[in-house]
Amino acid sequence: MQPCRLAAYDIACRRGDRILFRGLAFELAPGDVLHLSGPNGIGKSSLIRILCGLLRPFYGHVEQAGRIALCDERLPIDGHQPLAQALDFWRRIDAGIGGAGEARADFGLEDLLDVPVRYLSTGQRKRAALAQLAASGAKVWLLDEPLNGLDSHWGAAAQAAVEAHRAMGGIAVIASHQPLNISRLTSMSLLDYLP
Amino acid sequence: MRAALWAIFRRDLALLLRGAVGRGGALLPLLFFLAVAMLFPFAIGPDAQLLSRTGAGVIWVAALLAAILPLDRLVEPDLEAGFFDQWALRGLAEEALILVRIVAHWLSFGVPLMLAAPISAGLLSLDARQLRLVEIGLLLGTPGLAAIGVTIAALTAGLRAGSALGGMLAIPLAVPLLIFGAGSLQPGGDGGLLLLAASSMAALAIAPFAAAGAIRAGRE
Repeated sequence: MQPCRLAAYDIACRRGDRILFRGLAFELAPGDVLHLSGPNGIGKSSLIRILCGLLRPFYGHVEQAGRIALCDERLPIDGHQPLAQALDFWRRIDAGIGGAGEARADFGLEDLLDVPVRYLSTGQRKRAALAQLAASGAKVWLLDEPLNGLDSHWGAAAQAAVEAHRAMGGIAVIASHQPLNISRLTSMSLLDYLP
Repeated sequence: MRAALWAIFRRDLALLLRGAVGRGGALLPLLFFLAVAMLFPFAIGPDAQLLSRTGAGVIWVAALLAAILPLDRLVEPDLEAGFFDQWALRGLAEEALILVRIVAHWLSFGVPLMLAAPISAGLLSLDARQLRLVEIGLLLGTPGLAAIGVTIAALTAGLRAGSALGGMLAIPLAVPLLIFGAGSLQPGGDGGLLLLAASSMAALAIAPFAAAGAIRAGRE
Protein backbone atom coordinates (compact mmCIF):
# COMPACT_ATOMS: atom_id res chain seq x y z
CA MET A 1 0.00 0.00 0.00
CA GLN A 2 1.49 3.29 -1.03
CA PRO A 3 1.76 5.86 1.75
CA CYS A 4 -1.05 8.34 2.09
CA ARG A 5 -1.05 11.74 3.71
CA LEU A 6 -3.41 14.56 4.49
CA ALA A 7 -2.24 17.91 5.73
CA ALA A 8 -3.97 21.24 6.21
CA TYR A 9 -2.01 24.46 6.53
CA ASP A 10 -3.47 27.56 8.14
CA ILE A 11 -6.95 26.96 6.79
CA ALA A 12 -9.60 29.64 7.07
CA CYS A 13 -13.16 29.16 5.91
CA ARG A 14 -15.63 31.85 4.96
CA ARG A 15 -19.30 31.24 4.30
CA GLY A 16 -21.16 34.30 3.16
CA ASP A 17 -19.87 37.24 5.17
CA ARG A 18 -18.73 35.19 8.14
CA ILE A 19 -15.36 33.67 8.88
CA LEU A 20 -16.25 30.31 10.45
CA PHE A 21 -12.76 29.33 11.59
CA ARG A 22 -9.17 30.30 10.86
CA GLY A 23 -5.61 29.19 11.51
CA LEU A 24 -6.54 25.52 11.43
CA ALA A 25 -3.64 23.20 10.73
CA PHE A 26 -2.87 19.51 11.10
CA GLU A 27 -0.87 16.79 9.51
CA LEU A 28 -2.01 13.18 9.28
CA ALA A 29 0.16 10.17 8.48
CA PRO A 30 -0.93 6.58 7.72
CA GLY A 31 -2.83 5.14 10.69
CA ASP A 32 -3.99 8.49 12.04
CA VAL A 33 -7.61 9.16 12.90
CA LEU A 34 -8.73 12.73 13.50
CA HIS A 35 -11.95 13.59 15.31
CA LEU A 36 -13.37 17.02 14.44
CA SER A 37 -15.85 18.24 17.03
CA GLY A 38 -17.78 21.36 17.77
CA PRO A 39 -21.38 22.54 17.97
CA ASN A 40 -23.74 22.74 15.00
CA GLY A 41 -22.91 25.38 12.43
CA ILE A 42 -19.29 25.77 13.45
CA GLY A 43 -18.10 24.57 10.06
CA LYS A 44 -17.34 20.87 10.44
CA SER A 45 -19.03 19.96 7.16
CA SER A 46 -17.41 22.90 5.39
CA LEU A 47 -14.01 21.76 6.63
CA ILE A 48 -14.68 18.24 5.37
CA ARG A 49 -15.58 19.66 1.95
CA ILE A 50 -12.43 21.80 1.98
CA LEU A 51 -10.32 18.76 2.82
CA CYS A 52 -11.70 16.79 -0.10
CA GLY A 53 -11.22 19.69 -2.49
CA LEU A 54 -14.88 20.40 -3.21
CA LEU A 55 -14.74 23.77 -1.47
CA ARG A 56 -11.92 26.27 -1.79
CA PRO A 57 -10.56 27.49 1.54
CA PHE A 58 -10.71 31.24 2.11
CA TYR A 59 -7.07 31.02 3.14
CA GLY A 60 -4.43 28.32 3.43
CA HIS A 61 -4.10 25.10 1.53
CA VAL A 62 -4.52 21.35 1.77
CA GLU A 63 -1.96 18.76 0.74
CA GLN A 64 -2.97 15.24 0.05
CA ALA A 65 -1.56 11.97 -1.21
CA GLY A 66 -3.69 8.92 -1.82
CA ARG A 67 -7.25 8.80 -3.03
CA ILE A 68 -9.94 10.44 -0.89
CA ALA A 69 -13.41 9.08 -0.26
CA LEU A 70 -16.24 11.07 1.26
CA CYS A 71 -19.23 9.84 3.23
CA ASP A 72 -21.62 12.62 4.15
CA GLU A 73 -25.32 12.89 4.88
CA ARG A 74 -26.28 12.22 1.28
CA LEU A 75 -26.54 8.80 -0.27
CA PRO A 76 -25.49 8.93 -3.93
CA ILE A 77 -27.49 5.89 -4.87
CA ASP A 78 -30.51 5.61 -7.15
CA GLY A 79 -33.64 4.96 -5.14
CA HIS A 80 -35.37 2.67 -7.62
CA GLN A 81 -32.50 0.20 -7.85
CA PRO A 82 -32.02 -2.80 -5.61
CA LEU A 83 -29.18 -2.14 -3.20
CA ALA A 84 -26.89 -4.73 -4.79
CA GLN A 85 -27.17 -3.08 -8.20
CA ALA A 86 -26.68 0.40 -6.74
CA LEU A 87 -23.52 -0.64 -4.89
CA ASP A 88 -22.31 -2.44 -7.99
CA PHE A 89 -22.52 0.82 -9.96
CA TRP A 90 -19.94 2.42 -7.69
CA ARG A 91 -17.83 -0.73 -7.64
CA ARG A 92 -17.59 -0.60 -11.44
CA ILE A 93 -16.59 3.06 -11.35
CA ASP A 94 -13.98 2.47 -8.66
CA ALA A 95 -12.63 -0.48 -10.63
CA GLY A 96 -12.60 1.73 -13.73
CA ILE A 97 -10.31 4.28 -12.09
CA GLY A 98 -8.13 1.47 -10.78
CA GLY A 99 -8.99 1.56 -7.14
CA ALA A 100 -11.70 -0.86 -6.09
CA GLY A 101 -10.82 -2.56 -2.86
CA GLU A 102 -12.29 -5.56 -1.16
CA ALA A 103 -15.13 -4.64 1.11
CA ARG A 104 -13.64 -5.73 4.41
CA ALA A 105 -16.23 -4.26 6.69
CA ASP A 106 -19.53 -5.96 7.35
CA PHE A 107 -22.56 -3.71 7.66
CA GLY A 108 -25.16 -6.45 7.68
CA LEU A 109 -26.50 -5.63 4.23
CA GLU A 110 -26.78 -9.22 2.94
CA ASP A 111 -30.50 -9.44 3.62
CA LEU A 112 -31.16 -6.06 2.02
CA LEU A 113 -29.36 -6.55 -1.28
CA ASP A 114 -32.53 -7.10 -3.32
CA VAL A 115 -34.50 -4.32 -1.61
CA PRO A 116 -34.93 -1.11 -3.64
CA VAL A 117 -32.92 1.63 -1.97
CA ARG A 118 -35.91 3.92 -1.41
CA TYR A 119 -37.46 1.38 0.97
CA LEU A 120 -34.41 1.41 3.26
CA SER A 121 -34.60 3.12 6.62
CA THR A 122 -32.30 5.99 7.59
CA GLY A 123 -29.94 3.69 9.45
CA GLN A 124 -29.89 1.15 6.65
CA ARG A 125 -29.07 3.88 4.12
CA LYS A 126 -26.25 5.07 6.32
CA ARG A 127 -24.91 1.52 6.47
CA ALA A 128 -25.10 1.32 2.68
CA ALA A 129 -23.15 4.58 2.39
CA LEU A 130 -20.50 3.28 4.79
CA ALA A 131 -20.28 -0.01 2.89
CA GLN A 132 -19.77 1.95 -0.33
CA LEU A 133 -17.03 3.96 1.37
CA ALA A 134 -15.33 0.82 2.65
CA ALA A 135 -15.45 -0.76 -0.82
CA SER A 136 -14.05 2.30 -2.59
CA GLY A 137 -10.45 1.34 -1.93
CA ALA A 138 -9.58 4.95 -1.03
CA LYS A 139 -6.76 5.56 1.45
CA VAL A 140 -8.17 8.70 3.02
CA TRP A 141 -11.66 8.54 4.49
CA LEU A 142 -13.58 11.70 5.26
CA LEU A 143 -16.70 11.02 7.29
CA ASP A 144 -19.29 13.66 8.06
CA GLU A 145 -21.45 12.60 11.02
CA PRO A 146 -21.08 8.88 10.28
CA LEU A 147 -22.99 7.83 13.38
CA ASN A 148 -26.18 9.75 12.57
CA GLY A 149 -29.08 7.35 12.30
CA LEU A 150 -27.11 4.30 13.39
CA ASP A 151 -28.11 2.33 16.47
CA SER A 152 -25.47 1.46 19.06
CA HIS A 153 -24.64 -1.89 17.43
CA TRP A 154 -24.00 -0.49 13.95
CA GLY A 155 -22.41 2.64 15.40
CA ALA A 156 -19.83 0.37 16.98
CA ALA A 157 -19.48 -1.51 13.69
CA ALA A 158 -18.81 1.76 11.86
CA GLN A 159 -16.09 2.66 14.36
CA ALA A 160 -14.64 -0.83 14.05
CA ALA A 161 -14.50 -0.32 10.27
CA VAL A 162 -12.49 2.87 10.83
CA GLU A 163 -10.15 0.95 13.16
CA ALA A 164 -9.68 -1.71 10.48
CA HIS A 165 -9.02 0.98 7.88
CA ARG A 166 -6.33 2.63 10.02
CA ALA A 167 -4.77 -0.75 10.76
CA MET A 168 -4.32 -1.13 7.00
CA GLY A 169 -2.43 2.17 6.93
CA GLY A 170 -5.35 4.40 6.04
CA ILE A 171 -6.24 7.86 7.30
CA ALA A 172 -9.66 8.90 8.58
CA VAL A 173 -11.11 12.27 9.48
CA ILE A 174 -14.41 12.07 11.33
CA ALA A 175 -16.58 15.10 11.90
CA SER A 176 -19.03 14.23 14.65
CA HIS A 177 -20.64 15.89 17.62
CA GLN A 178 -20.90 12.50 19.29
CA PRO A 179 -18.08 10.99 21.36
CA LEU A 180 -16.15 8.32 19.49
CA ASN A 181 -14.82 5.11 20.91
CA ILE A 182 -11.70 4.73 18.79
CA SER A 183 -8.23 4.21 20.23
CA ARG A 184 -5.40 6.72 19.72
CA LEU A 185 -7.78 9.36 18.50
CA THR A 186 -6.50 12.84 17.69
CA SER A 187 -9.18 15.28 18.73
CA MET A 188 -9.64 18.75 17.38
CA SER A 189 -12.37 21.14 18.45
CA LEU A 190 -13.23 23.83 15.94
CA LEU A 191 -14.10 26.07 18.91
CA ASP A 192 -10.35 26.60 19.32
CA TYR A 193 -10.11 28.19 15.90
CA LEU A 194 -12.84 30.80 16.08
CA PRO A 195 -11.80 34.13 14.57
CA MET B 1 -11.30 5.98 -16.63
CA ARG B 2 -13.07 4.84 -19.78
CA ALA B 3 -14.74 1.97 -17.91
CA ALA B 4 -15.97 4.40 -15.26
CA LEU B 5 -17.42 6.78 -17.84
CA TRP B 6 -19.02 3.83 -19.63
CA ALA B 7 -20.72 2.74 -16.41
CA ILE B 8 -21.95 6.30 -15.88
CA PHE B 9 -23.20 6.52 -19.46
CA ARG B 10 -25.20 3.33 -19.06
CA ARG B 11 -26.76 4.62 -15.85
CA ASP B 12 -27.55 8.03 -17.39
CA LEU B 13 -29.17 6.42 -20.41
CA ALA B 14 -31.20 3.96 -18.36
CA LEU B 15 -32.46 6.73 -16.08
CA LEU B 16 -33.32 9.11 -18.90
CA LEU B 17 -35.00 6.45 -21.02
CA ARG B 18 -36.93 4.54 -18.43
CA GLY B 19 -37.34 7.25 -15.89
CA ALA B 20 -37.49 6.61 -12.19
CA VAL B 21 -39.14 8.02 -9.13
CA GLY B 22 -39.34 11.75 -9.69
CA ARG B 23 -37.98 11.47 -13.20
CA GLY B 24 -40.40 11.17 -16.09
CA GLY B 25 -38.42 9.16 -18.60
CA ALA B 26 -38.37 9.56 -22.37
CA LEU B 27 -42.08 8.98 -22.89
CA LEU B 28 -43.32 12.38 -21.73
CA PRO B 29 -41.49 14.59 -24.28
CA LEU B 30 -42.42 12.10 -27.00
CA LEU B 31 -46.13 12.17 -26.15
CA PHE B 32 -46.00 15.96 -25.90
CA PHE B 33 -44.40 16.15 -29.35
CA LEU B 34 -47.10 13.93 -30.85
CA ALA B 35 -49.90 15.70 -29.00
CA VAL B 36 -48.94 19.05 -30.52
CA ALA B 37 -48.94 17.57 -34.02
CA MET B 38 -52.32 16.00 -33.30
CA LEU B 39 -53.91 19.14 -31.83
CA PHE B 40 -52.71 21.57 -34.47
CA PRO B 41 -55.01 20.26 -37.28
CA PHE B 42 -57.95 20.39 -34.88
CA ALA B 43 -57.28 24.05 -34.20
CA ILE B 44 -56.42 25.12 -37.73
CA GLY B 45 -58.94 22.99 -39.66
CA PRO B 46 -58.40 20.21 -42.18
CA ASP B 47 -57.05 22.42 -44.98
CA ALA B 48 -54.25 20.15 -46.30
CA GLN B 49 -52.44 22.93 -48.13
CA LEU B 50 -52.35 25.24 -45.15
CA LEU B 51 -51.23 22.36 -42.95
CA SER B 52 -48.41 21.30 -45.20
CA ARG B 53 -47.23 24.90 -45.49
CA THR B 54 -47.11 25.46 -41.72
CA GLY B 55 -46.62 21.87 -40.55
CA ALA B 56 -42.82 21.79 -40.58
CA GLY B 57 -42.69 24.89 -38.44
CA VAL B 58 -45.10 23.30 -35.98
CA ILE B 59 -42.90 20.21 -35.80
CA TRP B 60 -39.92 22.36 -34.93
CA VAL B 61 -41.78 24.34 -32.27
CA ALA B 62 -43.03 21.07 -30.77
CA ALA B 63 -39.50 19.63 -30.77
CA LEU B 64 -38.14 22.70 -29.02
CA LEU B 65 -40.83 22.67 -26.36
CA ALA B 66 -40.46 18.91 -25.89
CA ALA B 67 -36.76 19.51 -25.26
CA ILE B 68 -37.62 21.82 -22.37
CA LEU B 69 -39.88 19.34 -20.56
CA PRO B 70 -37.16 17.13 -19.03
CA LEU B 71 -34.87 20.03 -18.01
CA ASP B 72 -35.42 19.78 -14.26
CA ARG B 73 -34.41 16.14 -14.05
CA LEU B 74 -31.30 16.32 -16.23
CA VAL B 75 -28.83 17.47 -13.58
CA GLU B 76 -30.59 18.54 -10.40
CA PRO B 77 -31.39 15.14 -8.83
CA ASP B 78 -27.81 13.92 -9.21
CA LEU B 79 -26.39 17.15 -7.88
CA GLU B 80 -28.71 16.93 -4.90
CA ALA B 81 -27.85 13.32 -4.11
CA GLY B 82 -24.12 14.04 -4.30
CA PHE B 83 -23.32 12.04 -7.43
CA PHE B 84 -21.32 14.86 -8.99
CA ASP B 85 -19.32 15.36 -5.78
CA GLN B 86 -18.49 11.66 -5.60
CA TRP B 87 -17.48 11.61 -9.26
CA ALA B 88 -15.28 14.68 -8.73
CA LEU B 89 -13.54 12.94 -5.80
CA ARG B 90 -12.76 10.06 -8.12
CA GLY B 91 -11.01 12.43 -10.49
CA LEU B 92 -13.65 12.34 -13.22
CA ALA B 93 -13.78 15.70 -14.99
CA GLU B 94 -17.15 17.43 -15.00
CA GLU B 95 -16.68 18.20 -18.69
CA ALA B 96 -16.52 14.50 -19.51
CA LEU B 97 -19.52 13.75 -17.29
CA ILE B 98 -21.55 16.47 -19.00
CA LEU B 99 -20.60 15.21 -22.45
CA VAL B 100 -21.70 11.72 -21.43
CA ARG B 101 -24.97 13.15 -20.19
CA ILE B 102 -25.57 15.13 -23.39
CA VAL B 103 -25.12 11.98 -25.46
CA ALA B 104 -27.45 10.03 -23.17
CA HIS B 105 -30.00 12.86 -23.23
CA TRP B 106 -29.87 13.05 -27.02
CA LEU B 107 -30.39 9.31 -27.34
CA SER B 108 -33.36 9.45 -24.99
CA PHE B 109 -35.07 12.46 -26.58
CA GLY B 110 -33.59 13.29 -30.03
CA VAL B 111 -33.84 9.81 -31.43
CA PRO B 112 -37.44 9.17 -30.23
CA LEU B 113 -38.43 12.52 -31.75
CA MET B 114 -36.92 11.48 -35.08
CA LEU B 115 -38.79 8.19 -34.89
CA ALA B 116 -42.04 10.03 -34.14
CA ALA B 117 -41.56 12.65 -36.86
CA PRO B 118 -43.13 10.52 -39.64
CA ILE B 119 -46.31 10.21 -37.55
CA SER B 120 -46.36 13.95 -36.98
CA ALA B 121 -45.70 14.52 -40.68
CA GLY B 122 -48.69 12.36 -41.52
CA LEU B 123 -50.94 14.30 -39.13
CA LEU B 124 -49.76 17.59 -40.62
CA SER B 125 -49.94 16.27 -44.23
CA LEU B 126 -46.32 16.94 -45.07
CA ASP B 127 -45.06 15.36 -48.29
CA ALA B 128 -42.07 13.04 -48.57
CA ARG B 129 -39.59 15.78 -49.43
CA GLN B 130 -40.64 17.87 -46.44
CA LEU B 131 -40.46 14.86 -44.16
CA ARG B 132 -36.95 14.10 -45.39
CA LEU B 133 -35.88 17.67 -44.65
CA VAL B 134 -37.50 17.55 -41.21
CA GLU B 135 -35.69 14.30 -40.40
CA ILE B 136 -32.33 15.62 -41.57
CA GLY B 137 -32.98 18.83 -39.68
CA LEU B 138 -33.85 16.96 -36.48
CA LEU B 139 -30.75 14.80 -36.86
CA LEU B 140 -28.61 17.93 -37.08
CA GLY B 141 -30.51 20.08 -34.61
CA THR B 142 -31.47 17.82 -31.70
CA PRO B 143 -27.84 17.37 -30.53
CA GLY B 144 -27.71 21.14 -30.16
CA LEU B 145 -31.02 21.14 -28.29
CA ALA B 146 -29.70 18.40 -26.00
CA ALA B 147 -26.52 20.39 -25.33
CA ILE B 148 -28.47 23.55 -24.55
CA GLY B 149 -30.83 21.58 -22.33
CA VAL B 150 -28.08 20.03 -20.22
CA THR B 151 -26.26 23.37 -19.91
CA ILE B 152 -29.37 25.18 -18.73
CA ALA B 153 -30.20 22.30 -16.39
CA ALA B 154 -26.74 22.59 -14.82
CA LEU B 155 -27.03 26.38 -14.54
CA THR B 156 -30.41 26.32 -12.84
CA ALA B 157 -29.88 23.23 -10.66
CA GLY B 158 -30.37 24.02 -7.01
CA LEU B 159 -32.19 27.29 -7.65
CA ARG B 160 -35.67 27.83 -6.37
CA ALA B 161 -38.09 27.76 -9.32
CA GLY B 162 -35.18 26.49 -11.35
CA SER B 163 -37.34 24.54 -13.75
CA ALA B 164 -39.50 27.52 -14.69
CA LEU B 165 -36.40 29.65 -15.08
CA GLY B 166 -34.76 26.91 -17.15
CA GLY B 167 -37.47 27.04 -19.78
CA MET B 168 -37.20 30.80 -20.04
CA LEU B 169 -33.43 30.59 -20.44
CA ALA B 170 -33.41 27.72 -22.92
CA ILE B 171 -35.91 29.16 -25.39
CA PRO B 172 -33.84 32.17 -26.55
CA LEU B 173 -30.73 30.00 -26.87
CA ALA B 174 -32.65 27.53 -29.02
CA VAL B 175 -34.10 30.18 -31.36
CA PRO B 176 -31.27 29.89 -33.94
CA LEU B 177 -31.87 26.14 -34.17
CA LEU B 178 -35.59 26.80 -34.68
CA ILE B 179 -35.02 29.46 -37.33
CA PHE B 180 -32.54 27.43 -39.36
CA GLY B 181 -34.39 24.14 -38.86
CA ALA B 182 -37.78 25.44 -39.92
CA GLY B 183 -36.21 27.77 -42.48
CA SER B 184 -34.57 24.90 -44.31
CA LEU B 185 -38.04 23.85 -45.48
CA GLN B 186 -38.86 27.18 -47.06
CA PRO B 187 -38.27 27.60 -50.79
CA GLY B 188 -34.63 28.56 -51.26
CA GLY B 189 -33.80 27.54 -47.69
CA ASP B 190 -31.09 25.09 -48.71
CA GLY B 191 -28.46 26.84 -46.65
CA GLY B 192 -30.62 26.40 -43.57
CA LEU B 193 -29.40 22.89 -42.89
CA LEU B 194 -25.77 23.99 -42.98
CA LEU B 195 -26.44 26.87 -40.60
CA LEU B 196 -28.46 24.50 -38.42
CA ALA B 197 -25.53 22.10 -38.26
CA ALA B 198 -23.21 25.00 -37.45
CA SER B 199 -25.33 26.33 -34.58
CA SER B 200 -25.85 22.82 -33.27
CA MET B 201 -22.12 22.17 -33.25
CA ALA B 202 -21.40 25.50 -31.58
CA ALA B 203 -23.85 24.61 -28.79
CA LEU B 204 -22.26 21.17 -28.47
CA ALA B 205 -18.76 22.64 -28.28
CA ILE B 206 -19.58 25.19 -25.58
CA ALA B 207 -21.98 23.11 -23.46
CA PRO B 208 -19.55 20.79 -21.60
CA PHE B 209 -17.42 23.70 -20.42
CA ALA B 210 -20.32 25.97 -19.51
CA ALA B 211 -22.21 23.24 -17.65
CA ALA B 212 -19.09 21.97 -15.87
CA GLY B 213 -18.29 25.52 -14.79
CA ALA B 214 -21.83 25.90 -13.48
CA ILE B 215 -21.57 22.71 -11.43
CA ARG B 216 -18.22 23.73 -9.94
CA ALA B 217 -19.48 27.22 -9.16
CA GLY B 218 -22.53 25.71 -7.47
CA ARG B 219 -20.30 24.07 -4.85
CA GLU B 220 -19.12 27.40 -3.43
